[in-house]
Amino acid sequence: MVDISQTYSASRRLDGAAGARPKRRISASRIMTYGILCVICFYYILPLWVMMMTSLKGMPEVRMGNIFAPPVEITFEPWVKAWSQACTGLNCDGLSRGFWNSVKITIPSVLISIVVASVNGYALVNWKFKGSEIFFGILLFGAFIPYQVMIYPIVIILREIGLMGDVWGLVLVHTIFGMPILTLLFRNYFASLPEELFKAARVDGAGFWGIFFQVLVPMSLPIFTVAMILQVTGIWNDFLFGVIYTKPEAYPMTVQLNNIVNSVQGVKEYNVNMAATLITGLVPLTIYLLSGKLFVRGIAAGAVKG
Amino acid sequence: MLDQTHTALDGISVSIRDLELSFGAVKVLQDLNLDIAKGEFLVLLGASGCGKSTLLNCIAGLLEPTGGQIFIEGKNVTWAEPSERGIGMVFQSYALYPQMSVKGNLSFGLKNARVPKAEIERRVARAAELLHLQPLLDRKPAALSGGQRQRVAIGRALVRDVDVFLFDEPLSNLDAKLRAELRIELKRLHQSLDNTMIYVTHDQVEAMTLADRIAIMRGGVIQQLAQPLEIYNRPANLYVAGFIGSPPMNFIPGTIAGSEFVGAVRMPLSGYDWERGPHTSGNVVFGIRPEHVKIGDAARHCACQTTVTIEVVEPMGADTLLWTRVGDDEFRIRLDGQTTIHEGQTLPIGFDIDCASLFDAQTENRI
Amino acid sequence: MSVIDPVAPRAAGRPKKLIANPMAKIAALPMIMTALVIFIGCSVWTVVHSFTKSKLLPSSQFVGFDQYERLWSTRRWLASVENIAIYGLVALVFSLVVGFVIAVLLDQKVRAEGAFRTIILFPYSLSFIVTGLVWQWILNPDFGIQYIVRGWGFENFTFDPLHNPDTVLAALLMAGLWQGTGLVAVILLAALRGVDEDIWKASRVDGVPAWKTYIWVVIPILRPAFVTATVLIATGIVKLYDLVVALTNGGPGIASEMPAKYVYDAMFGKQNLGQGFAASTMMLLSVLLILIPWAIFEFRGKKRG
Ligand SMILES: Nc1ncnc2c1ncn2[C@@H]1O[C@H](COP(=O)(O)OP(=O)(O)O)[C@@H](O)[C@H]1O
Ligand SMILES: [Mg+2]
Repeated sequence: MVDISQTYSASRRLDGAAGARPKRRISASRIMTYGILCVICFYYILPLWVMMMTSLKGMPEVRMGNIFAPPVEITFEPWVKAWSQACTGLNCDGLSRGFWNSVKITIPSVLISIVVASVNGYALVNWKFKGSEIFFGILLFGAFIPYQVMIYPIVIILREIGLMGDVWGLVLVHTIFGMPILTLLFRNYFASLPEELFKAARVDGAGFWGIFFQVLVPMSLPIFTVAMILQVTGIWNDFLFGVIYTKPEAYPMTVQLNNIVNSVQGVKEYNVNMAATLITGLVPLTIYLLSGKLFVRGIAAGAVKG
Repeated sequence: MLDQTHTALDGISVSIRDLELSFGAVKVLQDLNLDIAKGEFLVLLGASGCGKSTLLNCIAGLLEPTGGQIFIEGKNVTWAEPSERGIGMVFQSYALYPQMSVKGNLSFGLKNARVPKAEIERRVARAAELLHLQPLLDRKPAALSGGQRQRVAIGRALVRDVDVFLFDEPLSNLDAKLRAELRIELKRLHQSLDNTMIYVTHDQVEAMTLADRIAIMRGGVIQQLAQPLEIYNRPANLYVAGFIGSPPMNFIPGTIAGSEFVGAVRMPLSGYDWERGPHTSGNVVFGIRPEHVKIGDAARHCACQTTVTIEVVEPMGADTLLWTRVGDDEFRIRLDGQTTIHEGQTLPIGFDIDCASLFDAQTENRI
Repeated sequence: MSVIDPVAPRAAGRPKKLIANPMAKIAALPMIMTALVIFIGCSVWTVVHSFTKSKLLPSSQFVGFDQYERLWSTRRWLASVENIAIYGLVALVFSLVVGFVIAVLLDQKVRAEGAFRTIILFPYSLSFIVTGLVWQWILNPDFGIQYIVRGWGFENFTFDPLHNPDTVLAALLMAGLWQGTGLVAVILLAALRGVDEDIWKASRVDGVPAWKTYIWVVIPILRPAFVTATVLIATGIVKLYDLVVALTNGGPGIASEMPAKYVYDAMFGKQNLGQGFAASTMMLLSVLLILIPWAIFEFRGKKRG
């Protein structure tokens, strides 16, 4: 487990200035460095570019030509269609349904999983009890168990407690599978705070919740942000749990997107498909671009999720 | 939870009985007994890792002892919550709440104890005045210097109006100059208040200057509990003798033969202040502090004399340190400031019995 | 103060509390439940039921290793295992090598390093579904790369991995690596930043070329980061599912089937739970095979450190 926390702290090091390197070479090798980097970036940007260009063309123009070429005539119709008219099987009310479903799934999942994991991490650091570390060890180990091993018994559990197919069932699943990494994140963060702060608060008469809410939470906003980013993108991008634990009306955006694009009926409208794909990617992409370094910290910690 | 048993603890502020604490199989504190008088300034002194903080945390209620009892102001507080014990605590790392202002830091404990607002104001104002914090009340800890932060931390203990203050190396994070300043401030504070203070440090200068009594700890056991000068003059064992004083005491191993110490030097023992009656035989260690060694003419009148060759001279301004050997053992001499002695020089040295110490070689205890 | 006992303060026994710090235990309850019920309970349940003849519903009739025998004689499963092995090996090697090269390049005090980093990492923020669908479009033979290259005059150029069983894994790799290599690069870059700068001065004094220093000095130092990256990639590969569903849906034929997809289809498509349980147990086993050597490596490392 050490490695993951190492990654986490290592990713914080990215913030530092670049290390001093021999910098005599301004010449050929320097040009090559930039050359290779630019080629790599080209490869990385290309799909984004193609997605964007296709989604702004009309179908006739898509059929005619080059997927890399910018549109001759820009049209936003594919976007509108993807959002409000695209069909999945029975209903044709577009991705908006999936979008709102994802919102309804993501918000409670993120909030509940963060509350549960942060309190848990705090208890693990400051209120250790017999066996707490063992349970935490099992929890971390669980992060590596393939979901496939657990999905069916969870179906049974959700059915028993009456949450199968319900948004709250999915919220529960996201809370459970987000717990290892979030708990690790919070535990490591709280453990990095000086222990004496906790002691001082106890001498000052603050109790379990008093110390948590009045002392620790106010000084832990960065880690809460990291957790939030991690969870929003992770849950938004989830496909497997969404398709298993919700009913078609409640499918999250990713599932609906896949159904729209990979449906075999009807004529393929590639421009609408690309618009839909882009719209689905927009939420995590926006978070990524806005959050910058915090995102790196989050995924370096969250990469355990696989 | 507070056991209101009034006992033979009159005049005693903190009483520790048979205290024992283990982390798993490791015994950090054992059979620890300590009575601290009301208003006393007690310093717990010892090398890093000897269990000083652990003891202090037990008194504060931050660690639960595995055995024994703790009484504060006559109440058995062994299992009481820290906030119920009537203690205030100051930490090495200040441990200020970073998102609260100085005022917020000072009043946090009072708010938790549901002290009325007006009373909080009054006590914060008083602490701020005592510690010269008035202009800083609205600042966040990040905007304070190290010394100011530690004064806030002290203030946080002060406002709680408690009987006992606990300090865990409060000055260790400060630079030398500030440390000296705050040391004086602490001493003044103690003189103006009537609180009991228990102060943990590994710095013997702090211990000697602040303490009414010093408890020297090693491996979770108190080696000696006495007034500072007593510890300096009559160390209870070899460890204390070597720990207190800088540079440490010189030791010369040897034996007692009748009324004489025989080792690399010979020393008549008449006039030695025996701990428990004179010894006439046995293996012992003879100890003499570097500052009690005389050289040159002064040495000629000493009961014990020898000649040494100086190996290293360390001038330190106020005094000078000479390094040499007596027998096979390293031997240090401390002289006043200016001296013309140089390396390689051969000198007569001497010392008297009235400032010497004798320890049993086996038990290491003073005899 | 009235003196009751003039001899010694009274020793009191430890007060009995029902539960010591109850709040901490309440706070840890979700963790305890998750660890016991989900991670241990559900895994054990699945492993146990992989030895039953569960079909449409879980059954408790044990049939020994029947499900495993059937599993290992099913063409689709064998293809899945072969696919994941090939995909996994190539993805692992490629992402470590390319990730390291990118990290080294970015560590040359390049201008706009932040921009480069942003670009190589952004795919990681996307859903595998999004990634799969974009690449499906780019690789579409009638509009994508093949069409364009033919348009440049290479009439016979064929590049249609999505419809060719022999090369479909290449399509998966193109998409998978596009999404994941950036993360490896960033992890290794962070580790590079932790390398002592004096190494560069020393190697310059000794006249050792930079590439040799990287291979013989820096890579061994980065070993923990490589191990971390390897474990992350490997456990990710075992779970590979969404990308396949979006990009190829296992096709053409069964040429890009994967174990995770086999499990899902057996459980929720073909109502053949027993096969799903057996296949997922095999997945668990393979993760343990990755994890246990890593844990031993870690443990030994800690002991030495
Ligand atoms: N939480 C703990 N778990 C195990 N051992 C500890 C713990 N806290 C302290 N120790 C050990 O107890 C001994 C005393 O520690 P401490 O009281 O902090 O020493 P110091 O005198 O430097 O303040 C040390 O050897 C330390 O390693
Ligand atoms: Mg300490």
